[in-house]
Amino acid sequence: MRRHLLGLFLALLLAWPAAAQDRFASALAGLGEGFGQTAEVVERLGALGDPRAIPLLQALQDGQLRRTPAGTVLLPDGRDAATGQPGDATGAEAVRINNRVRQALRGALGRLQLLSPDAEARRQAAEAVFRSPAPENVPLLDAALAKETDPGIRAQLELALAASQLRADDAAAKRDAVARLGTAATTEARALLIEARAANPDLATAIDVSIAAIEQRLAVRRAVETLFQGLSLGSVLLLAALGLAVTFGVMGVINMAHGEFVMLGAYATFVVQELCRGIPWLAPWSLPLAVPAAFLVTALAGAALERGLIRHLYGRPLETLLMTFGVGMIIQQAVRLAFGAQNREVTSPSWMQGTLTFPGGIAMTQNRLWIIVFGIFVLLLVVAAIRFTRFGLEMRAVVQNRRIAATMGIRTGRVDAMTFAFGSGLAGLAGVALSQIDNVSPNLGTGYIIDSFMVVVFGGVGSLAGTLVGALTLGVVNKVLEPYAGAVLAKVCVLVAIMLFIQRRPKGLFALKGRAAES
Amino acid sequence: MSSTTPTFTRRAALSGLGSALALPAIRPAWAQGAPIKIGVLHSLSGTMAISETALRDTVLMMVEWANAQGGVLGRKLEAVVVDPASNWPLFAEKARELLQVHKVDVTFGCWTSVSRKSVLPVFEELKGLLFYPVQYEGEEESPNIFYTGAAPNQQAIPAVEYLMSADGGEAKRIVLLGTDYVYPRTTNRILRGFLNSKGIANADIMEEYTPFGHSDWQGIVARVKRFAGEGKKTAIVSTINGDANVPFYRELGNQGIKAEDIPCVAFSVGEEELAGIDTRPLVGHLAAWNYFMSVPGTPNEEFKKLWQAYIKNPKRVTNDPMEATYTGFRMWMQAVQKAGTPAVAQVTPALIGQKLMAPCGFEEEMLPNHHLSKPVLIGEVQADGQFNIVWKTPNAVKAENWSPFIPENANRRR
Repeated sequence: MRRHLLGLFLALLLAWPAAAQDRFASALAGLGEGFGQTAEVVERLGALGDPRAIPLLQALQDGQLRRTPAGTVLLPDGRDAATGQPGDATGAEAVRINNRVRQALRGALGRLQLLSPDAEARRQAAEAVFRSPAPENVPLLDAALAKETDPGIRAQLELALAASQLRADDAAAKRDAVARLGTAATTEARALLIEARAANPDLATAIDVSIAAIEQRLAVRRAVETLFQGLSLGSVLLLAALGLAVTFGVMGVINMAHGEFVMLGAYATFVVQELCRGIPWLAPWSLPLAVPAAFLVTALAGAALERGLIRHLYGRPLETLLMTFGVGMIIQQAVRLAFGAQNREVTSPSWMQGTLTFPGGIAMTQNRLWIIVFGIFVLLLVVAAIRFTRFGLEMRAVVQNRRIAATMGIRTGRVDAMTFAFGSGLAGLAGVALSQIDNVSPNLGTGYIIDSFMVVVFGGVGSLAGTLVGALTLGVVNKVLEPYAGAVLAKVCVLVAIMLFIQRRPKGLFALKGRAAES
Repeated sequence: MSSTTPTFTRRAALSGLGSALALPAIRPAWAQGAPIKIGVLHSLSGTMAISETALRDTVLMMVEWANAQGGVLGRKLEAVVVDPASNWPLFAEKARELLQVHKVDVTFGCWTSVSRKSVLPVFEELKGLLFYPVQYEGEEESPNIFYTGAAPNQQAIPAVEYLMSADGGEAKRIVLLGTDYVYPRTTNRILRGFLNSKGIANADIMEEYTPFGHSDWQGIVARVKRFAGEGKKTAIVSTINGDANVPFYRELGNQGIKAEDIPCVAFSVGEEELAGIDTRPLVGHLAAWNYFMSVPGTPNEEFKKLWQAYIKNPKRVTNDPMEATYTGFRMWMQAVQKAGTPAVAQVTPALIGQKLMAPCGFEEEMLPNHHLSKPVLIGEVQADGQFNIVWKTPNAVKAENWSPFIPENANRRR
């Protein structure tokens, strides 16, 4: 008798995985026959909860899953997904996916990985389940919540649970879910509530309360984000204008080739990146390396321009304007001949990609954040150079009174050259920053020259503080207007406002006072 | 600006000379008669250079290819390249130069509709012949222009229908983003009419325009996100042109807009434009065209081989407007053979009804309305910058250049 029982037990033991095998294998039917069928298979696998589905679905997501004409599904390592045995790969082709399959994959992988030992995988899974809510998720999420200890993941799981409960039939849970979603401050939560409102007229008032709560938090966040966007645009304007604040503001040279120096800086960044490409450990640091390189290249170009041409035209602004305009065109054409008319790709290092999310859900893109930091850095650099160095002292002396400075033994010609080179070098630094957000093309500079002059004139010629305030004001005003007026009209409005402002205060925001300014 | 152009012409002529010398020793014995002149009117600098430079190279490739076959009617072909520098009035000047100074027999050129509108009166006045190889908004039919790109019913409408289908994600709200000029504005007007006819209210449509070369997309992309967060599945339809696409897609990637949530279908972004961007964050975003480099079949294999051999780079990509240039060029050659002369007056009628097995894998035909019958393909961006074709029409679709979704066209029915 006992032997019989043992035999029965053994038979069951053998049959158990076989039965599971069968359900898993039969769930695979239809995979790769069409996007609709593939999506259904993915959903079935997600519902089955068999861990063998995880590598299979991941392979499908990466386009590594293959299917033979006979319908056998092969894993990337060549095994048959249904049996686990090595399969025959003749004629196998990759299973293609589209957005619908990708959406199903995200939900299915999320459900399968809710209990993963890896915290990062669990966090992503909670996020994925939140984005594909379904009543079947409720028990899964309850189980996951019971085990979860990480507070961040718990919060995300709670949201996912609420989203799924909204779709389920339990009225009490649903009411609770509406209240919990109201504590989130995401557009996704609001979208879920708006959708649920039509289906649940009995909960309409509770849903409206939750939506209003979300709206309130979103409004604050929107204001902060608009401010950030304005500061980001402002920091770009500041970078582009700082060089001009030195050459035009301090020296009074109308340098129409300023934009081309910015462009040269961007190309210098490109060249440094190409040089670093061959050295693997150096490649991620090509951007910081490009900062001094771009400064040197454009500073040398600026010094050459000043010594070769501009110094012969001091005191003749019209001729300087025309000459520098011509020089700008020559630089543009030269770059076009050397690098081609096509845009050049400057890749962003990984630490500048993606979004940084702050508490409260305020999201800021990394590249813009770094540019703001860089803008502040360059501004401090300029202030320090002018205030605390011998060169800065001589520069201020020459600007205030050239003759007396010369009698004190300052070589004014050299100071002129160095000041102009310094301003041009700053333009090169702007080019490094712009290479991250704009197209590196020979026309890069033309888009910024007008804006730069605008900032300097608006802020007050010769005043660094004016340049700073001017750039930030223009950036923020532009971004605040944009949602109402559109990108094109916002710019027009800003231009008109500046024209009116200059009529009233021709010297800009921070007008210099005193005898030196009058002359 | 115009002073720069002779350099380009001279350089192109020199490189043409170079390749002519490099041709195999068997020089075809050219029959009597001057060479047939082919004008090339594409921007080689400025904001559109990213898209148009490859089209200049395609025409030069076809000229070389035709000459290697013994030319047309036993006469050699000679390309005249000018650079209108993404400057719309300069397009008209350069078109006049091609027709009056160089006396070209046919011109291949233009990308943006604003440039085509700028040269149209010149071609009509001087009785020239222009092949325009890019998808456009329709609402035009010039006796002097042949349109080898798609009309709205061959690209924009099927693409939006796909977004609204089960496979495309059943979009219920649409964002129309475009560069501020005639093509996006007209296309979006047609699309709005179409969406309204499908029951999508104006409140569920967001429309925004930006200048050429726009680089600061953070505000607009954030607003799109917000619009999508007001319930209902949202999709973006992009008619952004030129190099503004690079910062736009970069911003989409940075702000984490995934194709599963908010798919973006583009009408002016192909393999060539994607060549300069990291496409990994963009996987799943869509483009609608009549040709993709990934189309299987012999005509496309031959086309790709011809291109990569000409450009001497096995990694260079092909795209839809290049295919349209190729198809137009082949049809023009066939029509010249049929007419027995390259004269515009004889070639124009001979072009109607010309057929060609195009690289897109379908037989295309030149219709009496100067447009082609073309298949419609929808592709998803892959990590390698190529497109995975997820939907296509069973047959070539006939072009309707006058859209039924524009009310003024109601009495234009023929």
